[in-house]
Amino acid sequence: MAQTVYKTESGVNVFGMLAEFANPHTLTEGAKKVRDAGFRKWDTHAPFPVHEMEESMGIVGKAIAPMMFVIGCAAIVGAGGGFLMQYLINVDYEIIVQGKPTYEAWEPFVPVTFELGILFTAFGSLLSMFAFNGLPRHHHPLFNSDNFLRCTDDAFFISIEAADGKFDPDQTRRLLEEAGAIHIELVEDPEGSA
Amino acid sequence: MSVINPDQINAERLAGLRRGAVRSPADPTLGDGSLVDDPAQTAPLVLNNRSFHDITEIVAGYSEKAPGFWWFHALGFAATVASIAQIMILYLIITGVGVWGLNNQVDWAWDITNFVFWIGIGHAGTLISAILCLLKQQWRTAVNRAAEAMTIFAVICAGIFPGIHVGRVWFAWMLFPIPNSNVIWPNFRSPLLWDVFAVSTYATVSLLFWYMGMIPDFATFRDRAHLRLRQNKSRLVELRLPVPLPLPTIKLPWRGDLVRAYFFGFLSLGWRMSGRHWYRYEKAYLILAGISTPLVLSVHSIVSFDFATSILPGWHTTIFPPYFVAGAVFGGFAMVLLLMIPLRALLPNFADLLTLRHLENMAKILLVTGTMVGFAYSMEFFIAWYGGNTFEWDAFIYNRVTPSWVSERGAPYWWAYWAMISCNVISPQIFWFKKMRRSPLAIWIVGFFVTIGMWFERFVIIVTSLHRAFLPGEWGMFFPTPVDILTFVGSCGVFLTLFLLFIRFFPIFPISEIKNVIPGASPHDYHDHDHHDAHDADAHHHKGHVEEAH
Repeated sequence: MAQTVYKTESGVNVFGMLAEFANPHTLTEGAKKVRDAGFRKWDTHAPFPVHEMEESMGIVGKAIAPMMFVIGCAAIVGAGGGFLMQYLINVDYEIIVQGKPTYEAWEPFVPVTFELGILFTAFGSLLSMFAFNGLPRHHHPLFNSDNFLRCTDDAFFISIEAADGKFDPDQTRRLLEEAGAIHIELVEDPEGSA
Repeated sequence: MSVINPDQINAERLAGLRRGAVRSPADPTLGDGSLVDDPAQTAPLVLNNRSFHDITEIVAGYSEKAPGFWWFHALGFAATVASIAQIMILYLIITGVGVWGLNNQVDWAWDITNFVFWIGIGHAGTLISAILCLLKQQWRTAVNRAAEAMTIFAVICAGIFPGIHVGRVWFAWMLFPIPNSNVIWPNFRSPLLWDVFAVSTYATVSLLFWYMGMIPDFATFRDRAHLRLRQNKSRLVELRLPVPLPLPTIKLPWRGDLVRAYFFGFLSLGWRMSGRHWYRYEKAYLILAGISTPLVLSVHSIVSFDFATSILPGWHTTIFPPYFVAGAVFGGFAMVLLLMIPLRALLPNFADLLTLRHLENMAKILLVTGTMVGFAYSMEFFIAWYGGNTFEWDAFIYNRVTPSWVSERGAPYWWAYWAMISCNVISPQIFWFKKMRRSPLAIWIVGFFVTIGMWFERFVIIVTSLHRAFLPGEWGMFFPTPVDILTFVGSCGVFLTLFLLFIRFFPIFPISEIKNVIPGASPHDYHDHDHHDAHDADAHHHKGHVEEAH
């Protein structure tokens, strides 16, 4: 299905619509309205993780399940690989300590197995968080809005992308106004190909 | 007299005639307003009704505004001391470990003492950020960032000592499981090798944890710099003289905000405070906190295995792992307080974010962990007696406790033992008094003593156990050389230099986390009928410039 490409009067592609909200409460209420309207390519922006926002956005579980799976795999690879490394090194170069059997006495291998499990889990959590969030992404059309930069300070926003199938300049604006937005603007995407 | 009554200012602010936050009237029993004893009332985590914007301004201000002259002086001093460490390490590497006071009998001394001392200090950072995070202790936001930074810097200092005490440092790579020409692999049954993995994992995970927490704050710094650049408000970099002299300042041909926008922009990875991102971020952060907790317990346990798995009386005790962990938390909290209390006086508005309630909580932790450490000390004696091992009993009674002037069998290191007991067990006991644990000066002094005491604890464990082994023929003494002393002093300089650079350039407080715990952060703080009333009053004054929806 061909996407409708919206352009401004000067012919620049439109990235989407950015609506500012007064506080976390109105943002949460606004998010519920946008969620119920059936949008998919939209987001909320707040200077801190607003309590239960994932429920208001309707993304509970869906957004993190693959990330959790990757982190779990990283933990298993780290701990398993750590144990295997020590085991194979002892096959290659056997060190007998206190006359104990080389392989049956596996207990001294526990600390390093544990530490490597932790190390891989830590990298897994950070890197999979980046990967699933699509970071690093130093350029984003939203940064074109001066107003948007205040969201790292004290402003609350909902952004709806023009690429969303349900996007319509007039109706979406009306929806956001009804949802309690105090300021609405169009965000341009000069480099956008959509 | 035209002096305006503070109540009048408050009244005007409440009525909306004057800008600024409404200040609560001073109640002497509440200290700065945070010492609420009523369990039905939540003590404020941030004083003076700060809005979201105020918190950004305060924390970003530390990094964006030029620091006071004290900072230049402190940095100059710390960097000079740090350079002494570099010279001493170079001298050691060129000459050999003979420049230290080690001998055949006492073959581990200040090097390992310093290692355990520094690695222990690091543990409070992880404890504050990880364990208090899992326990949902919101007061951790006042100190967690600085404590995490302290962890990294302490681990850097700790890493120096095992690295250089191996003697031929160019063989240090043999600690790692790398194939070499002799087809020799390291011994994975040795606690010393476990240590290599534990400490390097700890350093890496602490760094990731610290960095992850800072990503949203880096984004805040980035956007502030960007906004100033777009509005053409940024200025050229001025080189300030470290002393107030009436000389013209030198201007460099670039804008500080441009450097900030690139530097913090790079580090913040394009973070845009997205709700979808926050959701994954919070879960991943929780996992990091969850794995850091067993990690921090394991690291100092493994450090204690270096001693506990040997058969030397004084080292061969099963209580070592929990005792080392308690001591590490104790010493680390003392160091946090030692650093944060002066900053509270030196940096503007710092006391609003680090309240007396926070200090009181940390004083209580000092009291608890200090008493736990005291319990561990006494338990060592109990087991030495109960276990019926003559060597162990002698190691504790004669080599540690009994002064040489009381009994012929007494050891020359008795003063080190008693310095440890008085600093670690006795000095925190003053925190049973409410007045003491609410006085920043008293807490700072105790923190100072505890830091000294914790260094002595490691010295007592290592040197007094080694200096008299099983046979009197093996008895010897350890005397530090100037190189020993200056290397340790220099490592304090390294630590302080890094910390001073951190407070100058990085977000000292977790901005987004503090915003999340102040009133007005939760959607449930607002009720439909009054969301244009007093609740929002301070959120409104900076919303004034938002245009009408069009």
